[in-house]
Amino acid sequence: MTEVTELMRPEGEALNTKEVLLNLGPQHPSTHGVLRLVLELDGEIVERVDPHIGYLHRGTEKLAESFTYTQIFPLTDRLDYVCPPSNNLAFALAVEKLLGIEAPIRAQYIRVMMAELARISGHLLITGALPMDLGAMTALLYAMREREMIMDLMEMITGARMHTSFCRVGGVREDLPEGFLPKIREFCAIFPNRIRDYERLVEDNRVFLKRTQGVGVISAEDAIDLGLSGPNLRASGVDWDIRRDEPYEVYDRLAFNVITRKEGDCFARWQCRVDEMRESVRIIEQCIEQMPEGLFQVDMPTIAFPVDKERVHCSMEALIQHFDLSAYGFDVPPGEVYSAIEAPKGELGFYIISDGSPKPFRMKVRAPSFVNLQALFGVTNARYLADMIAVLGSIDPVMAEVDK
Amino acid sequence: MSAEPSLNRAPIMERFEGVIEDLGSAHGIEIFAVPPETIVEFCRFLKEHPALQFNFLSDICGVDRYPETPRFETVYHLYSLPNKWRVRIKCRLGDPPRVPSVTGVWRTANWHEREAWDMYGIRFEGHPDLRRIYMWEGFEGFPQRKDFPLRGFKDKLNPFGVEGPPPTEPDLATREIPRG
Repeated sequence: MTEVTELMRPEGEALNTKEVLLNLGPQHPSTHGVLRLVLELDGEIVERVDPHIGYLHRGTEKLAESFTYTQIFPLTDRLDYVCPPSNNLAFALAVEKLLGIEAPIRAQYIRVMMAELARISGHLLITGALPMDLGAMTALLYAMREREMIMDLMEMITGARMHTSFCRVGGVREDLPEGFLPKIREFCAIFPNRIRDYERLVEDNRVFLKRTQGVGVISAEDAIDLGLSGPNLRASGVDWDIRRDEPYEVYDRLAFNVITRKEGDCFARWQCRVDEMRESVRIIEQCIEQMPEGLFQVDMPTIAFPVDKERVHCSMEALIQHFDLSAYGFDVPPGEVYSAIEAPKGELGFYIISDGSPKPFRMKVRAPSFVNLQALFGVTNARYLADMIAVLGSIDPVMAEVDK
Repeated sequence: MSAEPSLNRAPIMERFEGVIEDLGSAHGIEIFAVPPETIVEFCRFLKEHPALQFNFLSDICGVDRYPETPRFETVYHLYSLPNKWRVRIKCRLGDPPRVPSVTGVWRTANWHEREAWDMYGIRFEGHPDLRRIYMWEGFEGFPQRKDFPLRGFKDKLNPFGVEGPPPTEPDLATREIPRG
């Protein structure tokens, strides 16, 4: 905090007001990572906001140019680290479009199911974190309890809790483990009631309502102009969901509603996410019911490891194939592709330029949080410093994705 | 994968006959090559034409095609919320790269253009606030250019970098951190 002493004037002097520059972050619990906001304050009213980002910049796009396509999956995990399966899926789809292949149906169901689990996991975090930013700690603890169930499911499928890297070009890494379906059915049975608990906990909290309803309103025009996507856009009344409007994978076989709200305030953004979790549970249930037996990865020796891993131990060709794919990767035909999915935060797009080699010539990540953070400029009626915290929390930026 | 609804090209080619180049379509996205001086007019036309309504700017991407000439490129991905169409606009730029800013058409272009400036040194003319966005102020060079080494140049703070031109920036330890 700078220049606070300027406001302490001696008695009798003319009132001399001056704008105060307040540095919020980069280390601040309510910035959800390392975000630095330079706020120009007139008293407690925010006149101007200038976000400084880049504290987590790791050069994902530059790094990707020196990695093979399979090696890039772990990099994508670290974009939106709250929901890595979505990032994996977005990248895999882009490469598959370039190659002109599609994953087997079973793999598509597995990926969609995991992406929806990730969506719940991401939304749970903000469902709890927004009330916590505004002083209501309890919701976060309940949300973390359920998130732990998802972490356990992830661990069961992939062996990792956070950075799953489970997708591969042309499928997923391995099939679902034995005993997984009962576990996820149990989760689907329990979870909708828990959502009701959060709502009772938060929606009856008058302080929370006062601090979010009518605060940080973004109009539909502003939201589109600022490029918002995902729940942030739908909370402003724009009915757009890539899962429905440009269906990828098996989403055209699944029934779900696109949640919209008219208000465009912080509370609407929070509600949108809560309702989307219900829809995600519906999608997961349908995935379990519809999932056919079959391959979990394409049977293409030039792209994927041998489907039958035992072959590597007894066949020279399979061993060479395994070695070649690990060491060299696979050639991707020259071309350009932009492929977008509906990630939990919004439109996650990968623009890949291939020059025919096993490494991308250029990979651009259209990170939803990066764009959504610009919503800070579209908010018209968040006047107080305390409102800024509510707005920031409700936009739900993940700084690792903002900074790439 | 469902069939993509196809874009109505007629009004575009009629209006910009001979100025832009139609590069066909790839993976469901129509591609146009546009000279830099027409980019703002073209984007505004796509956004405001009642039959097109490309009101959503998904992404702006800088590309370095070193050692080709023209070396740089900006790539715009547009989406039409009412029509569910996507379009890609490519704009080849010389060296040093300069292109008019489209921040007047979509406000979201602001940060995308700052990123392309930061990473590739593409100067967006008419941008209201063209500062670096990821790298710190005072950083020399544009890290995502193809001739910038992956590990950076060797200096006091980066002992693993590549031997290269001595960094011309002031010493970071004594540098004053800019406010605001």
